[in-house]
Amino acid sequence: MMEKKVAIIGGGVAGLEAASSLAAFGIEVTLIEKEDQLGGHVGQWDRLFPSRRPAKEITGYLTEKLSEKVSILTSTEVKKIERSGNAWNILLNNSRIIVADALLLATGFDLFEARKKEEYGYGIYDNVITSADLEKKFALEGKIRNAQGKVPERVGFVHCVGSRDEKVGNLYCSRVCCVTAVKQAVEVSEMITGCEVFCFYMDLRMFGLDFEALYKEAQEKWGVHFIRGRLSEAFENQDGSVLVKVEDTLAGRPLKMKVDLLVLMSGMVISSGTKELVDLLGLETDENRFLQPADRQLKANETGIPGLFLAGTCTSPKSIDETIADARAACIRIMAYLNQSAVSSQ
Amino acid sequence: MTHFGYTISSDRQIDYDSNDRRIARYLAEYEPSFMVCFACGTCTATCSAGLFTTFSLRELIGNIKRGEVRNLKDEAEKCMLCGKCQLACPRGVNTRNIILSIQRAIESLEI
Amino acid sequence: MNIEGKKIIWKEYQKEIAEDDYFYVRSCVRQSFFPGSETTFLRILRETLGKNITEHPFHTTCTGIGYHSDIVPYETTMTVIARQFALMTESGYHNYVPSCITSFGMYLEVLETWHHFPEVEKKVRELLKKATGKEFEKPDNLVHASDIIYKFRKEIAEKSKFRLINRFTGEPLRIVEHIGCHYAKMFPSKGIGGAEYPHVLVGLIEEWGGEVIDYPERRHCCGFGFRQYIVKANRGYSIACSQKKFESMKPYRPEAILTNCPGCPFFFDRWQYAISEMENVTYGEDGQGIPVLTYEELAGMVLGNDPWDLGLQTHQVPVEPLLDKIGIPYDPEKKYLGKNGEYIGKPAIAANLKFCH
Repeated sequence: MMEKKVAIIGGGVAGLEAASSLAAFGIEVTLIEKEDQLGGHVGQWDRLFPSRRPAKEITGYLTEKLSEKVSILTSTEVKKIERSGNAWNILLNNSRIIVADALLLATGFDLFEARKKEEYGYGIYDNVITSADLEKKFALEGKIRNAQGKVPERVGFVHCVGSRDEKVGNLYCSRVCCVTAVKQAVEVSEMITGCEVFCFYMDLRMFGLDFEALYKEAQEKWGVHFIRGRLSEAFENQDGSVLVKVEDTLAGRPLKMKVDLLVLMSGMVISSGTKELVDLLGLETDENRFLQPADRQLKANETGIPGLFLAGTCTSPKSIDETIADARAACIRIMAYLNQSAVSSQ
Repeated sequence: MTHFGYTISSDRQIDYDSNDRRIARYLAEYEPSFMVCFACGTCTATCSAGLFTTFSLRELIGNIKRGEVRNLKDEAEKCMLCGKCQLACPRGVNTRNIILSIQRAIESLEI
Repeated sequence: MNIEGKKIIWKEYQKEIAEDDYFYVRSCVRQSFFPGSETTFLRILRETLGKNITEHPFHTTCTGIGYHSDIVPYETTMTVIARQFALMTESGYHNYVPSCITSFGMYLEVLETWHHFPEVEKKVRELLKKATGKEFEKPDNLVHASDIIYKFRKEIAEKSKFRLINRFTGEPLRIVEHIGCHYAKMFPSKGIGGAEYPHVLVGLIEEWGGEVIDYPERRHCCGFGFRQYIVKANRGYSIACSQKKFESMKPYRPEAILTNCPGCPFFFDRWQYAISEMENVTYGEDGQGIPVLTYEELAGMVLGNDPWDLGLQTHQVPVEPLLDKIGIPYDPEKKYLGKNGEYIGKPAIAANLKFCH
């Protein structure tokens, strides 16, 4: 594998894991990241489900593993990509050209813009925030106050914001929001004694091994209330609290209540960076607008284009352990390609 | 007063903020497994009383949690305490104790 | 509340409104509820704004009221609407303006049906030809009458004699706005401001100096669903909807309600009396109720029209306190005299709602 070069676009969890895994085999890796910091979304998170371990444990581990064989280019964007023979020529925004034998896209996701759900009032009602906003409060402030500066006595979580929703064109489930909501519900209960916490859900997708235990803990230890019914509309009362209207589907009656803070679980959508690459490379996307690999089960990291590989949430919503596994799987395919061995699928 | 030939319909929305949730708090304290019910309905499906009366333990627990306790005493009295629900519950809810505790709650809270 | 968030949405939901040459169609029942409104609209457009607006003496109801009551089948409604368009085409006009919100919704629904199912449009053309011998063109521009007032709100403000300000306190009047359901709930992109935060009436109130009040049940229907309201036994459900809205807006102390539909102001105006009789509850200041206005009446008021020409004497909730607050002069002696100066009769006195006589 000496002297083979791989370029990775995207310095989040998938890109970081792939970079160090490839470098461990002697490959020269260039890691291109458009923000000024590595770590992607996880870098902005406080604690991770289901164990509530600090997110820094993940990003720290992944960045420390990066050897000198990985050349890190932060605050760098890709302007153009061209093929010459078997090589990729990548023109960067600082006019530098990176030449690589294989190219890995790990451009991840963006969070759904919650303001598109107009009836929820994000950006209009002061006490409607997203899960990412709440996580920032945990990470940067270590305390939660509502817009009026008071400690909330009641917090509501709204599942499926921007997911499973025909009105915004996202029919798919974003996978990780349900368990994140339960995790944040527990964290809020822990932080504020006596705070009543409500989760308004359609279904509770506790797919991971320890997720059910977290759900039970939320109910048993923290008294979190779960109301099966999707938020239809929110409104801001005169005192700044948010009026919530859901149906209690299990009771078969509409329900209204007020909360001091309403947290919207924004789903995952294709990132703007990925969209640019779709245009630059003529990539295929599926009806959910995520990148379409050659075969979702058998060739999940490959495209129809030889030498071009995919990893992480740019192909579908994933949890962190799934992203890391996916990045490692991409490395195997990349190495097989570079080796042109019998394992290669090209 | 003028008679119009109709009366103003009443609101059937659950007004969570105005409802009386003392029984829910009582049950949460005296029978903590009350809190882990996740409304799967296995209890109601197997219930002897539910075949012949309107009794549904899943619905009852849900109503108590929301503070909808108007017919609670009458409904709870339909339970025969046969225990089929307790055998079936996947969450380990102590269903028989919930029924017994409801009576105690109503008496001690004087509802 | 962050108004900037609303402004982004208002900018996203704008639509094209024709400049001039309008073909106006009236509402079937509106003139009975608010006799001055449609006349005022025509007067404002012709005299104040100098626009060309015509109406055809042979036009009929759009049958939306029958369609929504399950009495008139959709095919019939579409053919009647096709005839209305034929009258527009025969008059040489291309911009269609209905006075009623239900009509507006009906026309949009029919045009959308024809857009997705061209074979249905073809059939309707055949049916119309067979029944009346007429042919039609679809309008180039179809907007509601309130959209036109919205479009020219700045011009009306420039020509206005009064602002929506309480002259005793100097404060802008607190006005609740209520949009008819069929304006934007069915086709949000066809309403100015969309369905969640419609701007068509907000724009008028703000341009003319008032303050818009938002309240939790703003989006709730007033209850004027024909299927409910037309049958007496179902009316309890209708009145409950309006009551929910009154109860919700009460803490915000609105001084007026502005609407753009025929049924909604009718309900808000008359139900306050019914609720006061049934439950001894009145809204508004000092038991006088909250005055309810249509957008034409409000435009006429700020332009300095005589309140009795606007038809304000037919309102059940007295508008005089509002006129006094703004400073609009009126002659109480002329209130119950018709256009020919003859006495038209006085209503009986309500038990709880304070009415000006």
